[in-house]
Amino acid sequence: MSESLPPELTPDLLRGLTSPRLNRRRFLQLGGLSALGVGLSACSIAGSKGSGGGLGGQAWRDEIAKFWANQKKQGHLDFANWPLYIDVKGNSHPSLDLFTKETGISVTYKEDISDNATYYGTKIAPALKAGQPIGPDIIVITNGFELTNLFLRDWLIPLDQNRMSNFYQYASDLAKDPAYDRGNVYTMPWQSGITGIGYNPKLIGHEIKGWNDLLDPKLSGKVGMFANNLDLPCAALCAIGVNPETSTPDDWNKAADWAKKQRTYVRKYYDQSYAGALARGDLWATMAWSGDIFLKQAENPDLKFVVPEEGGLIWTDNMCIPIHASHPLDAMTYMDWVYQPKIAAMLADYINYITPVSAAQQVFQKEAADATNDKDRAYYTNLANSPLIFPEPADFARLHRYPVIPADQVDAWNGLFEPIYQA
Amino acid sequence: MTAARTNRRRLGSRLAPYALILPGWLWLVIFFVVPAVSMLSVSTMTGNDLDGFKQTFHFGTYSQAWHDFHTQIVRSLLYGLIATAICVLIAYPVAYWIAFRGGKYKSSLLFLLLLPFFVSFVIRTQSWEFMLEDDGMVLRALRDLHLVGFMQDIGLVSDSGQILQTQVAVVGGLVYNFLPFAVLPIYVALERVEPALLEAAADLYASKPAAIRKVVLPLSLPGVFAAVLLTFVPASSDYVNSTILGGTNTTMIGNIIQTQYFTNLDYPTAASLSFILMGILLVGIFLYARALGTEDALAMAAAR
Repeated sequence: MSESLPPELTPDLLRGLTSPRLNRRRFLQLGGLSALGVGLSACSIAGSKGSGGGLGGQAWRDEIAKFWANQKKQGHLDFANWPLYIDVKGNSHPSLDLFTKETGISVTYKEDISDNATYYGTKIAPALKAGQPIGPDIIVITNGFELTNLFLRDWLIPLDQNRMSNFYQYASDLAKDPAYDRGNVYTMPWQSGITGIGYNPKLIGHEIKGWNDLLDPKLSGKVGMFANNLDLPCAALCAIGVNPETSTPDDWNKAADWAKKQRTYVRKYYDQSYAGALARGDLWATMAWSGDIFLKQAENPDLKFVVPEEGGLIWTDNMCIPIHASHPLDAMTYMDWVYQPKIAAMLADYINYITPVSAAQQVFQKEAADATNDKDRAYYTNLANSPLIFPEPADFARLHRYPVIPADQVDAWNGLFEPIYQA
Repeated sequence: MTAARTNRRRLGSRLAPYALILPGWLWLVIFFVVPAVSMLSVSTMTGNDLDGFKQTFHFGTYSQAWHDFHTQIVRSLLYGLIATAICVLIAYPVAYWIAFRGGKYKSSLLFLLLLPFFVSFVIRTQSWEFMLEDDGMVLRALRDLHLVGFMQDIGLVSDSGQILQTQVAVVGGLVYNFLPFAVLPIYVALERVEPALLEAAADLYASKPAAIRKVVLPLSLPGVFAAVLLTFVPASSDYVNSTILGGTNTTMIGNIIQTQYFTNLDYPTAASLSFILMGILLVGIFLYARALGTEDALAMAAAR
């Protein structure tokens, strides 16, 4: 069957396609044939585990191929994304307009997602548990508990690997074959970002180098940390010198101790609102997402972002297609379309997070070379050299991914870290 | 023939009130009884989201939930109580003033009171963030007036010189957000007090304060009772104010329920926490109604 697979498929990708986790899939769900029972009945709540037929990798691949062979282009697509996460010009999104022009597929774009857990809990889970479509054909979910939940429940349509030619040609190493989704079976990255430290050296009086600098009594009441169950624990793991991806429950205990010790100096455990607090001086140093600091530098040029010396975190927001989606083929077309370097550059120009297409750098360089005036040239040179969009190799060496916590240890993990930020 | 028709008519008139109340009952059943019962049933289930939850009548969830989160429950009730007390203390004079001194501006004044409701709850709370920030208008004004030390002494400003991310900010936010719910019912009660009663009290040699204490206050108690209910219940279960204005030690039970539900997918714990809170609030309100003798006040108001 390998003839039907794209030539780019490496042994690693093939391994991904046949890994044991995929053997237990419930195939009928692909076509939306199985309802998962009523959500909230009086006597029990049905589980949502995709446990099914136990068929082998090959049968599963045939099933996917059959699913995609039956799909037709419908000329429309619903896309749910996070706020401020696509190019904007006036009231429109130029990249989406271009997509419609080139492919004839119209796009309804909604900024519906502002938090993974809430979106999962209010929009995805209730609908899919009841066997109903959730509406959008593409959703953007960060690698983490919610994405893992979507995998475990078979709530995503495996991508059509034959329709990913741009992806396999242009996706950077970071985007291809990530540990949380071997072989890009379900996801294609939208953008990635870094969790590090944002700070204001003018107010602190010195530079911040790493997580342990946030243990300083002089910063008491001026340090912000994140109120979520991945960034905070992983930062603490980095702080004690452990790679979160390979951490053990023993490490988790030590990291929780570090976070408890550091808690004395913390002003607040923030959600999204930390960036404003940093810009206006309520915070002097805080856990931060790279792109936010870039945006806030316009407001307060003193702000700096650092990848901590003990290690920072790199996360990826992923495009994926939920089951029961109405326009899977149109979604597939779009997801691959954005991997053309010129489109990736269009998006990166506005978003300022790490683009999954490193060739976008050459697009910016070419724009700079072709520029007719100094202002444009400086602008594009700046973009091409931005460490936030194209991180330095040295920075990459210090970046870790979130661990995938086994389902039976999630309670222990949450029980350790949630009481620290929700006391 | 005639007798049968009369009977039928009598039956019809006997059933009419029940038919009329039917929509009300249906509404209650669909939007209160059904969700409450299913939540009660969820609270005693065991399992996890992946494998499903089964009804095992496991009441241990309740004691575990209380054990893990009683700090936040007690804190929420305390914040709710303080906020309600402040609300009523502010609302009573405001309502009194509008009812007795508002004159032809009554409706405009009430409209002004409700005006903030045209802006979303979250946005209104967020605007307090800007006012209370470390270099914001409130603290700057206090610094200019050299009042920061005094405010720190009475505990309104933290030792590190902050208002934002302290209990004061959270309780203040609750007071701000729920104040109109306290003013309106008190206003309605005061509005129904006949000014002639005050004149009669004056004729009987009651001083102005005595007239208010012995005539106006008892007559307005139903309004105060409603005001307390309308502020205490939502204030205790609010989570927005503590999310936006709170700090490391101001988590309320609403935040915990949200995390249990959305992040941990632990529906039984979330449901049992909701029921613990509901139970405490119901018992508290019942005791309060008994202690205040508000049943009499309500009956009195109804009789008039």
